[in-house]
Amino acid sequence: MNGPIVQPRVPAVPLLAVEDLRIGFGAHQPVSGVGFDVREGETLAIVGESGSGKSLTALSIMGLLPSSARIAPGSSIRFEGREISALSVKDARALRGGSIGMIFQEPMTCLNPVMTIGDQVAEALRQHQPLTRKAAKARAVELLDLVRIPDPHRRVADYPHQLSGGMRQRVMIAIAVACGPRLLIADEPTTALDVTIQAQVLDLIDRLRRELSMAVLLITHDLGVVAQWADRVVVMYAGRKVEQGEPDPLFARPLHPYTQGLLTASPRLDDNFHYSDGPLNEIPGSISSVAGQVGCAFAPRCAHACTACRETIPVLHHLTDGRQVACPVLITEEHRVAAFHR
Amino acid sequence: MPTALGIVIISFLLLQFAPGDAVDVLAGEAGSATAEGMAEMRARYGLDQPVLTQLWAYLSNLVHGNLGWSPRYNMPVTQLIWDRVPESLVLTGAALVLALIVGIGLGAVMAAREGRLTDRLLSVLSLVFYSVPAFWIGLMLIVLFSIKLGWLPSGGAGTIGSSATGVAALLDKLRYMVLPTISLSLFYIAIYARLARVSMIEAKGQDFVRTARAKGLSERRILFRHVLRNALLPVTTVAGMHVGGMLGGSVVIETIYGWPGLGRLAYEAVMGRDFTVLLGILLFSSLLVIVANALVDVLHSILDPRVGGSDAA
Amino acid sequence: MQPESVTQFQPVPAKPSGEPPLVAVPVEATPAPSIIVPLPGLSVPAIPVPAIPLSGPRPRGAKRALATVRRNPLALAGGTILILMALIGLFAPLLFPGDPLAIVAEPFIWPGSDAAHPLGTDSLGRDLLSGIAHGAGVSLRVGLSATALGLVIGVGIGAVAGYFGGWTDAVLSRLIEIFQTLPNFVMLVVLVAIAQPSVTTLSIAIAVVTWPTVARLARAEFRSIREKDFVMAARSLGFGHGRIILSEILPSALPPLIVTASVMVASAILMESALSFMGLGDPNVVSWGSMIGSGREYLRTAWYMCALPGFAIMLTVLALNLIGDALNEILNPRSHEDRR
Repeated sequence: MNGPIVQPRVPAVPLLAVEDLRIGFGAHQPVSGVGFDVREGETLAIVGESGSGKSLTALSIMGLLPSSARIAPGSSIRFEGREISALSVKDARALRGGSIGMIFQEPMTCLNPVMTIGDQVAEALRQHQPLTRKAAKARAVELLDLVRIPDPHRRVADYPHQLSGGMRQRVMIAIAVACGPRLLIADEPTTALDVTIQAQVLDLIDRLRRELSMAVLLITHDLGVVAQWADRVVVMYAGRKVEQGEPDPLFARPLHPYTQGLLTASPRLDDNFHYSDGPLNEIPGSISSVAGQVGCAFAPRCAHACTACRETIPVLHHLTDGRQVACPVLITEEHRVAAFHR
Repeated sequence: MPTALGIVIISFLLLQFAPGDAVDVLAGEAGSATAEGMAEMRARYGLDQPVLTQLWAYLSNLVHGNLGWSPRYNMPVTQLIWDRVPESLVLTGAALVLALIVGIGLGAVMAAREGRLTDRLLSVLSLVFYSVPAFWIGLMLIVLFSIKLGWLPSGGAGTIGSSATGVAALLDKLRYMVLPTISLSLFYIAIYARLARVSMIEAKGQDFVRTARAKGLSERRILFRHVLRNALLPVTTVAGMHVGGMLGGSVVIETIYGWPGLGRLAYEAVMGRDFTVLLGILLFSSLLVIVANALVDVLHSILDPRVGGSDAA
Repeated sequence: MQPESVTQFQPVPAKPSGEPPLVAVPVEATPAPSIIVPLPGLSVPAIPVPAIPLSGPRPRGAKRALATVRRNPLALAGGTILILMALIGLFAPLLFPGDPLAIVAEPFIWPGSDAAHPLGTDSLGRDLLSGIAHGAGVSLRVGLSATALGLVIGVGIGAVAGYFGGWTDAVLSRLIEIFQTLPNFVMLVVLVAIAQPSVTTLSIAIAVVTWPTVARLARAEFRSIREKDFVMAARSLGFGHGRIILSEILPSALPPLIVTASVMVASAILMESALSFMGLGDPNVVSWGSMIGSGREYLRTAWYMCALPGFAIMLTVLALNLIGDALNEILNPRSHEDRR
């Protein structure tokens, strides 16, 4: 966690509210019923392995899903209380890059190779603000400085191929925060970077979160990143949310067998987070084809699975401290009682 | 310039292989020529020297921009070619520009409608363009637009004896250019359309296009600022390589339309068995290709900052 | 200009992906290769992730070829036209006995006006249908023999250049570049003007101007394949260069060459027709190009004399190009992916 930062007060309407989000490609539904809130100024991490649907979830908020993808009726994504799917094309564009910024996994390919980085930053600015070419350029230099690109006056005329991966990701961040967004979506922002650069980039994102008072939706598969930077965590498996909570209690006592498996399988996890009780050294199997399967998607890999698990999809239990888990087996009496009394 | 030298040597060798020589042709046309007279003419043109001596003479002449003497036209080949170059450049240039504009346009439409009916129909159409012999489509255009409809002239490069100047002269010229330009460009329209289609589809799937979308840019702006510019890089490279092909194609087209360019000259040279002129044209058009390739390289380094730039990363 | 520059500047850098893409899920039928990504630090465990089949299974090999043909009726049409043309060309002497250049009726009979000459007669009274049928044989013969010769020269030079590399490659690449710089058709006209025009010399001349394309392609293929493990293995077993080139590398390099060959036949037919049209073809045989050439004078009054043989050229070339497209789709998996 980040020092003495006071947890922001929970306002009546969350900044972003996702409810029962289902995304389909034909008959296949890689995201099937995901819901979470992002509050003003917080960092919410969505964690899961490849194929869990976390990136699709992020793309759907930005309206950047591939054209073959369909958001099922009944799904709801509300930003500042407004339903995103109901926005006009123009309003949706104003949202993208205006109120919501996004950075991606591959800084090497996310920038246009034939435009200077200055032009690419300025383009985002001029799309949402009435700036002259010159003013946009000046602001672009300031933004490059803000993301700690050395010598921004000179670098502004560089092309992407002249920058390292870490520097390019900083340019992407500059583009994403150019118009002072309320929410920054970071989809695996450090996966493609060197380990030494990863912390710098995450540090930068967190600093900008505080300075620009925006919220961050951090998509990652890296539990270390979650433990260090997130205020709250959503664990996804096979297109569903399986667990949610604050990092410390969640890692101290995971309530879903999948989360448990994740923590056990992580080789360098600190001892106090370690779930040493279980027999699992790794999670057997893999995210299998979800199509046609009934019951809990994790059941085939789960040591605790019973007949009921294979027949019905477990409901999401709401527990103490905003904790949620989609599995009944590991919920302790203490959690249950507290939830009952709430 | 080893390429240029290689081409010069090939030209010279071909000249040596040519059956008979210009003197034979002249003598044949004159009807009666004595052996002494022909030997005298050969001596005058240096045709009785050993091969290596002739090659040396050929090379040293070339260095001075001298491609030889055409007995048939009774003027220097260089002069003959220079007189025809402007017309050829106008025609091939216009055809190249037309092919690029129409081809890229078609490619963009096909890419936008990928997999749908419009895409399929235009794909077949471009394949038809690719398969039609240029000289035949040239003739059919004459049948339709000159003979049946009477809209456009069927040949020539301008109204003979016309005293028009300025805009009127230009319009007159353009009327004569329409049919040959279209005939010459159809094949290349097909190539650019197919190429532009593939590279646009590829460019659209690039990560930086998603970034542009995440900035909230309009689809129009994304197309023009991000997709098109990247998609056109391979097209420009290929277009540069087509200059030679177009010069070749213009041989037939200029013959059909009586367009007074290099191609027409080549045809006349073949018919007159004037190999000095023919090989001069081969040499000259090869040099044009080399120049065009160099220009494309320059253009490319302007369009693509990654070419020839310094890599800090 | 280096020949490779076309591919060199493709705007698509390979994606150094750390994670299999979530969105563009490859359509794989059988168990897909598992992608195991070693991740540093506290990470979600590297678990094999099979790709998820979205639409139906993708057929392979012969099945895929069949499926491609079925999905692409145009290729089928191309094949049908080509076979038909080949049969007509082959059996023309039986179907239309006698010299197609012989005068058989009165001149200028319009197509459809005389049952004995369904496509009419030309300015000398020669039967057009007979001419077109015999012309099919000539066109295909020139197209096939020019392509075969061009392939032999091109693959030979390209293979040697790509396989041996070094100064051999430097010299041969220069040779390829020189021949590519010479404008094809101008060179062709020069060659034919020097040689006496006949079906054989036309084929040789066309091969001389088309081999560089093949050579470039073969060189690139051989350069990349010679580094592959199986070639290394063959080399370590002490196989001779000739054997490695012919029986190890050539089969792998074949698919793109086959695609190129079909397009080469098409362009050879176009070149032959243009030469014949200009009066530079074999004067002893009837060819589509020469028929158009001799009809040109009467364009104003009897344009069918040009239109009909030209239509035959277009159909044949179109058929070959359609087949080339289909072959490309079947043999070239990369472009197959692109088309999806």
